[in-house]
Amino acid sequence: MNIGKFALNRRRLLVGAGAGALAAVATRPASAALRLEITQGNPQPMPIALPEFVAGSPTESEVARNVTSIISGNLQRSGLFAPINPAAFTEKITNSDTVPRFADWRVINAQALVTGRITKQPDGRLKAEFRLWDVFAGQQLDGKQYFTTSDNSRRIAHIISDAIYQTLTGEKGYFDSRIVFVDETGPKERRIKRLAIMDQDGVGTRYLTRGDDLVLTPRFNPSSQEITYMSYGQSDPRVYLLNIETGQREIVGNFPGMTFAPRFSADGQRIIMSLQQGANSNLFVMDLRSKQTTRLTDTPAIDTGPCYSPDGKFICFESDRGGSQQIYVMPATGGLAQRISFGEGNHSTPVWSPRGDFIAFTGQAKGQFSIGVLKPDGSGERLLTSGYHNEGPTFAPNGRVLMFFRDLGQGPSLFTIDITGRNELKIPTPSLASDPAWSPLLS
Amino acid sequence: MIEIGTILRGMRIAGVLGLALAISACANQVADSTTPGTSAAGAASPGSQQDFVVNVGDRVFFESDSTELTGTSRATLDKQAQWLTAHGQYRFTVEGHADERGTREYNIALGARRSQAARDYLISRGIQASRIKTISYGKERPVAVCNDISCWSQNRRAVTVLNAGS
Repeated sequence: MNIGKFALNRRRLLVGAGAGALAAVATRPASAALRLEITQGNPQPMPIALPEFVAGSPTESEVARNVTSIISGNLQRSGLFAPINPAAFTEKITNSDTVPRFADWRVINAQALVTGRITKQPDGRLKAEFRLWDVFAGQQLDGKQYFTTSDNSRRIAHIISDAIYQTLTGEKGYFDSRIVFVDETGPKERRIKRLAIMDQDGVGTRYLTRGDDLVLTPRFNPSSQEITYMSYGQSDPRVYLLNIETGQREIVGNFPGMTFAPRFSADGQRIIMSLQQGANSNLFVMDLRSKQTTRLTDTPAIDTGPCYSPDGKFICFESDRGGSQQIYVMPATGGLAQRISFGEGNHSTPVWSPRGDFIAFTGQAKGQFSIGVLKPDGSGERLLTSGYHNEGPTFAPNGRVLMFFRDLGQGPSLFTIDITGRNELKIPTPSLASDPAWSPLLS
Repeated sequence: MIEIGTILRGMRIAGVLGLALAISACANQVADSTTPGTSAAGAASPGSQQDFVVNVGDRVFFESDSTELTGTSRATLDKQAQWLTAHGQYRFTVEGHADERGTREYNIALGARRSQAARDYLISRGIQASRIKTISYGKERPVAVCNDISCWSQNRRAVTVLNAGS
């Protein structure tokens, strides 16, 4: 997939003939532009109207229907928007270049309106355009057009969703992203595990391994199409590197024992992981270019679950050096590690938010497994969801949503939850699924 | 205590079936084979893999989140060491396992510690380190599948697996 193909022609639409009319109806001052505050309180989902994108031919119509429905699904699942039932619409949008009859949309209490058009180009590519309107101010907030190959319409829909999200919330979206996870089939005592990848909405699953070897804990390289994971191959369990596009796979490093719990550094140039030697597991980092390895911890303990801060300066990890699994933070070069988790029970599987503001973790207390967050200084610990088994949070690229897996005893499934603790959703997968890892934004 | 004894016995028998049929036994078969009169112990010839599994015991169990060898575990490992000394042709792998009540990566490290504890004990009883390999499966390969304590306790284990062909 070539992002450049549709990024090249991405530009703001001119309002054109509608501009004069727009200026006339724009009564709200610019400072009061339609904006959803998502940082505080309990925001009411913003009512938004998404009439089906305009299309000519039956092929275009099918794409238009899919694109509109993907955008609507994305916005609804975010919990921040409430797409209005199209049955309530009174204006039929037949030309996305004309100014909508705002009164018709105000009547059904739509605060935002998205119109758009899909056209097949003579060269076979798709052109997708959209305009985002502030219904009550009667003005256009955003307008863009994209060109892409016809098999890329899902990504276009995700990119438009991100643009709408960003304009209306002021924060980057997370829809144009993917999830790598472990697909699980077969009975519990002989589970077959395969690496799989899908869009963040649970669509388009593709398998990356065949299930011959046990595979666990995949993670994305933040800067390319690569993942690292742990696999039980023919010999000892090892950390592997897999190129998603070429399928090329290699063992990371030449360590004298089992390596596990791999993660990329923020710049994608290094892999940090645990190496088991005797009864202990310690953290090592390997530079992928020089192949040089450096020991970061040296304790008679289990040090694992490492993660980098987004600025690359710190590492968080879990260790039982103090007697139970707790979260520690140390400089990226190693050195003094400070325990940051002091809430009830055990704290493990730390992941640092891409925004830098939170560390999410798996909590264990009173026989319950929770997903929680705390600040990197250890303050503000909150549990977002608790139950028989919740494990392994991973942050959306904008740090607003966590994905994790939950097993109520029938096998694991993937769920998302906002870092506010609201809007818990099950993500559909073809079979049982665990160990999700969220990619960065693709564009 | 009686119940646990029955379960252990059943698992050993299941191990025999697994070897004999060259398929891995599932938990339901484990439960079925606990009925009396199905013991295959009599058929195990001395020095065979079946002999080791049935008459010595191939596994030891651990308390929750613990890697400490209990008195029962040490007694089993004593018997293993005796048998392995008498049958020096075998190389073997000690597999460490954890129950499902832990996080994945920690359990991998915990399983490694358990296999290491069993290994170290066998070495202290005169077994050559070069005969022993260890591997941890964390919580990935349970033998008992249910969502309560009766299964978790069976899954927290270190299993001595004789290498086929050695």
